[in-house]
Amino acid sequence: MTQLPGLLDTEAIRKDFPILDRVLHDGKKLVYLDNAATSQTPRQVLDVLNEYYEQHNANVHRGVHVLAEEATELYEGARDKVAAFVNAPSRNEVIFTKNASESLNLVANMLGWADEPYRVDADTEIVITEMEHHSNIVPWQLLAQRTGAKLKWFGLTDDGRLDLSRIDEVITPKTKIVSFVLVSNILGTFNPVEAIVRRAQEVGALVLVDASQAAPHMALDVQALQADFVAFTGHKMCGPTGIGVLWGRQELLEDLPPFLGGGEMIETVSMSSSTYAPAPHKFEAGTPPIAQAVGLGAAVDYLSSIGMDKIAAHEHALTEYAIRRLHDVPDLRIIGPTTAEERGAAISFTLGDIHPHDVGQVLDEQGIAVRVGHHCARPVCLRYGIPATTRASFYLYSTPAEVDALVDGLEHVRNFFG
Amino acid sequence: MKLDSMYQDVILDHYKHPHGRGLRPGDAEVHHVNPTCGDEITLRVRYDGSRVADVSYEGQGCSISQASASVLNELLVGKELGEARRIQDAFLELMQSKGRIEPDDAMEELLEDAVAFAGVSKYPARVKCALLSWMAWKDATAQALGEEPAKADGKTA
Repeated sequence: MTQLPGLLDTEAIRKDFPILDRVLHDGKKLVYLDNAATSQTPRQVLDVLNEYYEQHNANVHRGVHVLAEEATELYEGARDKVAAFVNAPSRNEVIFTKNASESLNLVANMLGWADEPYRVDADTEIVITEMEHHSNIVPWQLLAQRTGAKLKWFGLTDDGRLDLSRIDEVITPKTKIVSFVLVSNILGTFNPVEAIVRRAQEVGALVLVDASQAAPHMALDVQALQADFVAFTGHKMCGPTGIGVLWGRQELLEDLPPFLGGGEMIETVSMSSSTYAPAPHKFEAGTPPIAQAVGLGAAVDYLSSIGMDKIAAHEHALTEYAIRRLHDVPDLRIIGPTTAEERGAAISFTLGDIHPHDVGQVLDEQGIAVRVGHHCARPVCLRYGIPATTRASFYLYSTPAEVDALVDGLEHVRNFFG
Repeated sequence: MKLDSMYQDVILDHYKHPHGRGLRPGDAEVHHVNPTCGDEITLRVRYDGSRVADVSYEGQGCSISQASASVLNELLVGKELGEARRIQDAFLELMQSKGRIEPDDAMEELLEDAVAFAGVSKYPARVKCALLSWMAWKDATAQALGEEPAKADGKTA
C-alpha cells in the first residue's frame, strides 16, 4: 500500500463510516470520490441524530417541559460548538440556515433591504468572481436586477486562479459587497483572501466568504479571515443535509434588517407592527432544523477530535499524489491548478474528447463515484472552453488506494471509448 | 456486463459517425439544454408539406445524447409527420420504461436503431440525455407548423 507522509490512519477512520463498506455492481467496493458534493456521515453523528429523535425531540425556545428544554439546550449547544469551530468572537454571530445557498441569499437580501451605509442600490456595485458556484452568482444577479446595482467580477487566469491584476478597477468606492469563494468547488483553487479583503476594506465594502469547500477541510478562523460574513454548509463536513451556517459580525447583524419573518425571530408582535429578537434569532424565522443543527454539532466534535490541521495535511498529501498519478494518464487535462499548492482536494479534469458523462458512467460501473457536469459553476466551463468536467474530490477517509482505483478506472474508460 | 446494455455498439457507432450532423436551412430552430449536465443541442427542422424534409443539428454532449440525435435524423428524415410522431411516441415510451420494456418485433420495425437505447432507460440520470434531441425535434416541429408560439430557448423537461 502506498504510504505518504501526513496521511491519517484511514483504516481506523473508515470504520466510523458504515457506507464506505458498501459493495456495488456485483462485488465492486465503493470508491467514494464525490466529497465536494456531499461527505459521508460517521456513526458518531448518526448516533447523535438517533438519540435526539429517540430521547429529546421537541420544538425549541417554546415549551417549559423537559423535552423542550433538552432540545433547546442541544440546539443552542450546537451553536456553541460551531462558534468555537470557526473561532467566532460570539455565539450570537452564528446563524443556522438550511444550507450555504440560503446563507448567501440571506446576505444578498439583507443588503437589498438595508438602510445606508449598507444598502445596495442603483448607484452601487456588487463584486463576485468567475469561479463562483451558481449559489454565489444567482443571488447577486437577482439583487442587481431588483436594485439596478452593477454586477462585476474577477476573471480567471489560464492556470485556474483569480486574476487580481486589475483589483483596483474591479473593487471601487462604489462597491458595497465583495462575495467570493475561499476554495473553488470545481477548480479546487484556494483564493488569496488577504489581498481581496484589504482592497474591500480600503473602499468600505463588506466581504462575504463562501467557505463551503473550506470549512470541511481546514481550520477556519473567521477572525483571521477578516471577512464580514462567512457561509458554509453542514452536509459537506460530515453533518446531515438541511443545515447551513452564516457567520456575521455582530454589529452588522444588529444593524441589518431581517429577511424572513415568522415565529422565533420576533420580540413583540401587534397587528400593525413588530419588533425583532436580537441576532441570531432575528434571522431564524420559524422552527429551525433542530436535529440537523444538533447533528452538525456532533460533526464538528468529530472533525475536531481528529484535528482540522491533520485533515488538511492528509488531503494535501493525497492531492499531491493524485495530481502526480493523473499526470500520467494520457489525454488527461486538469482544469485548475496543476500542483497541490494553494488548492483543495477537488480535482477536475477532462479526458481527451470523451464526455464526462461517459467517463462517470464507466467509472460507476467499477464502483467509483465521481461528479460529472458543470458542477454548478458553468461560467468556469465557458471560460476554459469545455462542456463539462469529471471531478474527483477527497476527504479525511480517502486513501491512496482509491486514487489508484481512479487511475485504473480511467484507463478502462479510455479503452472502452478508444 | 451491465455497461454493455447501455453502450450498445449501435450507439457507439452513431456517436463516432453521426448521421446528418451540422446545421442546414430549416423552417424553425430550437436550442435545448440539459441543465444538470450541460448537454446542449441546436436543432432545425424543414418540412416539405407534411413530410420531414430535413432535421439538422449541432451540439455537444455525451455519447448517449449525440448518438440519439444521429438516430433521430436517420429515422425521421423522409417520413410523413404522422409516422414521425408515432416513432417519437414509441421512443418516449421506451425511454420512460425504466428497463421494463423488452422491444418486440413490431417495436424494432418501428424504431430500428433506436431500440438500442432500451438499456439506457434503466439509468434515470441518462434518460434525459437520450431524449434531448427528441424533445428538441418535437418543439421545433410545433414551431415550424405554427402550433405554438416560437420560443428562442427551451429546456428538456
